[in-house]
Amino acid sequence: MAEKLLEIRKLTAGFLTENGVVKATDRISLSIDKGQTVCLVGESGSGKSVTSLAIMRLIDYAGGMVMEGNITFRGQDLTTKKQEEMRHIRGNQVAMIFQDPMSALNPVFTVGEQIAESLRLHQNKNADEAWSMAVDLLRLVGIPAPEIRAKQYPHELSGGMCQRVVIAIALACNPEMLIADEPTTALDVTVQAQILDLLRKLQAELGMSILLITHDMGVAAEMADRVAVMYAGAIVEEGPVEDIFNQPSHPYTVGLLQSIPGFEGERGGELYTIQGTIPPIGQLPSGCRFHPRCPHATEVCRQKEPPEFMIGADHRASCWLYEDKPVHIGDDHSSREEVKPAW
Amino acid sequence: MVTETANIKVNRPGASKSGEILVDIRGIKKYFPIHKGLLSRVVGQVKAVDDVSLAIRQGETFGLVGESGCGKSTLGRVILRLQGATEGEVVYQGRDIHSLRGQELRKLREEMQIIFQDPFGSLNPRFLVKDIIGEPLRVHRNLTAKQIDERVVELMELVGLDASRRNRYPHEFSGGQRQRIGIARAIALNPKFIVADEAVSALDVSVQSQVINLLMKLQRELGLTFLFIAHGLNVVRHISDRVGVMYLGKLVEVGETETLFAEPLHPYTAALLSAIPKPVPGRKQERIVLQGDVPSPANPPSGCRFHTRCPFAQERCSQVEPQLVEAAPGRQVACHFPLQPGTAMA
Repeated sequence: MAEKLLEIRKLTAGFLTENGVVKATDRISLSIDKGQTVCLVGESGSGKSVTSLAIMRLIDYAGGMVMEGNITFRGQDLTTKKQEEMRHIRGNQVAMIFQDPMSALNPVFTVGEQIAESLRLHQNKNADEAWSMAVDLLRLVGIPAPEIRAKQYPHELSGGMCQRVVIAIALACNPEMLIADEPTTALDVTVQAQILDLLRKLQAELGMSILLITHDMGVAAEMADRVAVMYAGAIVEEGPVEDIFNQPSHPYTVGLLQSIPGFEGERGGELYTIQGTIPPIGQLPSGCRFHPRCPHATEVCRQKEPPEFMIGADHRASCWLYEDKPVHIGDDHSSREEVKPAW
Repeated sequence: MVTETANIKVNRPGASKSGEILVDIRGIKKYFPIHKGLLSRVVGQVKAVDDVSLAIRQGETFGLVGESGCGKSTLGRVILRLQGATEGEVVYQGRDIHSLRGQELRKLREEMQIIFQDPFGSLNPRFLVKDIIGEPLRVHRNLTAKQIDERVVELMELVGLDASRRNRYPHEFSGGQRQRIGIARAIALNPKFIVADEAVSALDVSVQSQVINLLMKLQRELGLTFLFIAHGLNVVRHISDRVGVMYLGKLVEVGETETLFAEPLHPYTAALLSAIPKPVPGRKQERIVLQGDVPSPANPPSGCRFHTRCPFAQERCSQVEPQLVEAAPGRQVACHFPLQPGTAMA
């Protein structure tokens, strides 16, 4: 049995606004084992990034707060920690990489200085030690001629190289968990392939866990052990990657997968669409948050919020369809190419 | 730079095959000067588009793909004459649009339109939606306010927007809806040719599929010809009849969508295709991971521009620049050692 590294239980995080409390994540639960990669997928505004900020307790600085629930990391509850204590955990035990590598780096310091900084702060290295470790880290993340590159400024590096530097900073203190928030979204596909390969290689070497946040189902399929699908602040389905892609169960997951222009499928046909758009988090509909867009919605969906139902041994979905009997609404992969959904 | 032979100079993809040519792009170059120093002397040139020839047929969707900085957007803008060309011509209905002036140019603007990538930046936040969509009508057509309003309602219904919301501002609409506003504006004057520059790239998957369906519906109903510029290859595959692949200002491969995706001939095309993560778990695909980054277009490599990253590069590739030549009917590739169909790398 794998060891649990991070466990999130019924986490509600959000913001106080003029119009009252806005819950960006609504009682979400998720756990990550040691050495595992969990992908959090969803569209813009689904609450993926707020989840990552809440884990790091950076949400406090973004004007929000954790309102309810626990985040247990290696047996300690992060939600009750003081920011001072969090500062030791951040960087040392949990590190984060962001979407836009250009703006994550400070333009007036060389990249070597920026990597060395975290070593000096978190591991009390002296300047020389920190510098030589910084160069080693640049080598580790596959930057050619690291001695020269360390002395360069971010603008002298390409987007892909900057993202490698950001990864080097994150890895500087050997974190046990890496949170990567859309790490390849700003990059071209060929560079994305390099960065994903790098993350996989580093994970194999260093044995860290990765929480990967992405909107790209292709990236999730490739990287994840487990996938959690978020919609309007809630995790609507969660399970092993094969289950999510081969037997998607929540109508939202099914719709999301069917909306992707098929790579092997029929070309030029009408694409499946989910009607309407994701509601703003302040204005969630009654009952199931997905019901206005759901082709299966019934009366109960409009009135009562669905709890989580187990679909398989290790696969859950929040949908009334699964209340008393296992129903199979998602097509398996072989028939997913069809333009019209099976129902 | 050494060119191989002179007799293959006029080799415009698409020109040979049946189907009337709507836009004929001949040897387009677009260089941007690099200024430096106190006197802003020109010290070099960024060769954003370097000798691209291409024929777009009436009624088709031509997909243009490539990574950022390859010149695909610049080419799109030069084709519409939103930017002048350094060299070459764009022939539309028998005339080079880069030589048109005054009334003739104005007339042309009605027939060629563009849809932009960013649904937030491309709409004036201080205009009402009806004014945004109605603006081309006011500029080009002599219509009364009532007629313009009727046309705006018609256009909004055509692109799937609630016409009763025409008296609102763009910020009151979601990203997908704003992109529909941009589309309504582009089709307001019944254009024949539309350049869609990353028109769906900024949208979420579920909204993206709605907009793709809309574009395809409009093409069927209005008989539009599209130049669809995008970096998202699966979207391009879905929507395009033919596809051109650009690398560092050059067109490296052109072909029918199906065959190009099934059997890429240029190693760059093959690498690009293999790099896309596919939504199928557990299938460890053979991937060609290219080393390094795209070189600077200010100082492109000698010979074949791709040779610095190409896994199959040989001596000759760094010396002689390959020309875009016909490899099969309707299929062009610029490579000295194209991949053999059937032995594709992936």
